[in-house]
Amino acid sequence: MFLNYLFRELRHRHRQAVLTALGLALGICLVVTVSASAGGVRSAQNQVLHSLYGVGTDISVTQSAKSGSGGAQQFAMNPGSTKKQGQSFARDRVTSTMGLALLSTTKVTAVKSLSGVSSAVGGLTLSSMHVSGHFAKVSGSTSSSASKSTSAQPSTSSSGSATPSQSPIKISSFTIAGIDVSDQTIGPLSSTTLTSGRTFTSSETSAKVVVIDAAYAKQNSIVVGDTMKISGVSFKVIGIRKSATSSVDVYMPLLMAQTISGETGKVNEIYVKATSATQIATVKAEIKKTVSGATVTTAQDLANQVSGSLSSASKLSSSLGKWLEVAALISAVAVASLLTLSGVGRRVREFGTLKAIGWKSRRIVSQVLGEALIQGLAGGAIGVALGYAATRLIGAFSPSLQATVGASGLPTSRAGSFFGGAPGASSAGGGPGDALRGLSHTVTVYLHAPISVSLVAVAIALAVAGGLIAGGLGGWRAARLSPADALRRVD
Amino acid sequence: MLYELHGVSKRYAQSKKKVAALHDVDLSIDQGEFVAIQGSTGSGKTTLLQMLGALDRPTSGSVLFDGVDLAGMKESELTKLRGRAFGFIFQAFNLIPTLTAQENVETALVPLHLSAAERGAKAQAALAELGLAERGKHLPAELSGGEQQRVAIARALVRSPRVILADEPTGNLDERTRDEIIALLQGLWQSRGQTIIVVTHDTHVAAPASRRFLLDDGAVISADAAADRVVVESPQRD
Repeated sequence: MFLNYLFRELRHRHRQAVLTALGLALGICLVVTVSASAGGVRSAQNQVLHSLYGVGTDISVTQSAKSGSGGAQQFAMNPGSTKKQGQSFARDRVTSTMGLALLSTTKVTAVKSLSGVSSAVGGLTLSSMHVSGHFAKVSGSTSSSASKSTSAQPSTSSSGSATPSQSPIKISSFTIAGIDVSDQTIGPLSSTTLTSGRTFTSSETSAKVVVIDAAYAKQNSIVVGDTMKISGVSFKVIGIRKSATSSVDVYMPLLMAQTISGETGKVNEIYVKATSATQIATVKAEIKKTVSGATVTTAQDLANQVSGSLSSASKLSSSLGKWLEVAALISAVAVASLLTLSGVGRRVREFGTLKAIGWKSRRIVSQVLGEALIQGLAGGAIGVALGYAATRLIGAFSPSLQATVGASGLPTSRAGSFFGGAPGASSAGGGPGDALRGLSHTVTVYLHAPISVSLVAVAIALAVAGGLIAGGLGGWRAARLSPADALRRVD
Repeated sequence: MLYELHGVSKRYAQSKKKVAALHDVDLSIDQGEFVAIQGSTGSGKTTLLQMLGALDRPTSGSVLFDGVDLAGMKESELTKLRGRAFGFIFQAFNLIPTLTAQENVETALVPLHLSAAERGAKAQAALAELGLAERGKHLPAELSGGEQQRVAIARALVRSPRVILADEPTGNLDERTRDEIIALLQGLWQSRGQTIIVVTHDTHVAAPASRRFLLDDGAVISADAAADRVVVESPQRD
């Protein structure tokens, strides 16, 4: 009787039932789409953070360079002899990334021994600059115009020329990351994926081998097995790794990075993994005590510094998105409630009659609630289907989002550390100013809106709840009906 | 005595005005009587029927049913009493349009918490008694007015109530069907000794009743003992 009555009523008032279900469906569709998009934005943020930070890294420790420790790069460009006029020259300079102070490796050990620290490794990020060209020919003069021209134009583009007799000087720069090969699960390498060749073995602490970033390798036509000369040392390319957002062009064992830069026993970054997420704040405080003057950055700190359209999308999804969901749900429930109340209004005689023949109010309310529940379930199912279609549409278009981290938000040391030279930009050739260009780094990620089982469950539950609220209101109205009034109204 | 009404008044608030639907009504009805309450539109006869059917409470006075004052009962007790003791017949039949004739009859058995099979069997028997055995699967819209009212009567009779309360039961029917329904009610009264209280403005419907009350402006102005019954009149109003 209950189900017969319920389904017959729904069929009899199918227009109202469909309208109610569609009203709820639209609200649910919006909830699913906005939530899935917000999930997509969060996933994009994680993608950015992981690629910037390394999947396993919780905390990064750096120290800002001391005041007055900077300055222009210098290259010894004096040919030394007039015989060298017109001959080729090449100069390399590998330095610790500007803005970061060097830390002793003993600090890494100290951090590693702190409670709450699961593991800690040191890293040395370097900027390598390569200058090559031909010494100028200066007839009747013993001085080198080449040295004058290069020192006069340290930040010009690679095609710049000093004097009519000076042939172009080529300047290229790239970023090197010295990796602790004994633990590659944290640090810059952990955010990359191997596309060809192999990665370092834990025994290759002093091997002359490098792993190249895929974008840099492509731009410079480098393949596995090639040899790369850095600061006069030949390195064998053993692997190529891909990263959506990495700012490092060349990875090499930490010891080799220290050797070619002359910074033996030094690092400029410490990557830390906490024993658990809840320990991060405590560990951060402990590290600050251990490494005085250190800049300790957690993934959350980094997330807070991200700007650009990804950040805007994140803010939008977390603020406007939430309100949009709430507004859509309230509207949907209001529409469903109004339609249900109006339906009850049209059935006053029916409910009055049932009360007259002895039906309890509870039974009538459950009848109305049952009908609303079915409408809610239908609305939820339709809403999820519509939401799924909308998220597929978002997936098909995959709108791009930019995340900018750098000079405007981060301390110089962090920016320099993480984003010291955008991949590709450095190898395109440029002046020494390229090393500074990395202070701001923009990453592009593509938005997808994944629908999880839990989201579907929440959506259905919301639709059912919406239906029950509407049914509850309708039932409450039906329950309050006095049978005499209900019958009298008809008479 | 089945019913005893003492000084029953009912007032409604209508547009900030108090309107008296019933005014100091005294009457009594015995088990097995066929009572007709007559009166013009607005005379208060439907209100009186609702008092007798435990659908409404008096503003003042008492409605004793089997010696118990309905005015003092809780709503849940009234609901229970309605589900057990009364069978209602309405002018507009008040059948649920989405349920079949049999299911409509079964709605009256819901308060008795019977099994589906028991409900079905009783509903079929009630429909058969009223000559509608073949019409059980039909929706109300597929039945004639007379058939619909007979389904409504089957719904009122199916749980063997102590009182049948009919409000203008032939108001929506043509003369021929009206006569059929009158004959049906009269047959029930005579064969079963069923207490029947009919509210009507139609003298044809009231004709077979053992007693007739005439209501005017909420007060009983006359009572006609068609059979050998004691009549208690309400004080006549000016």
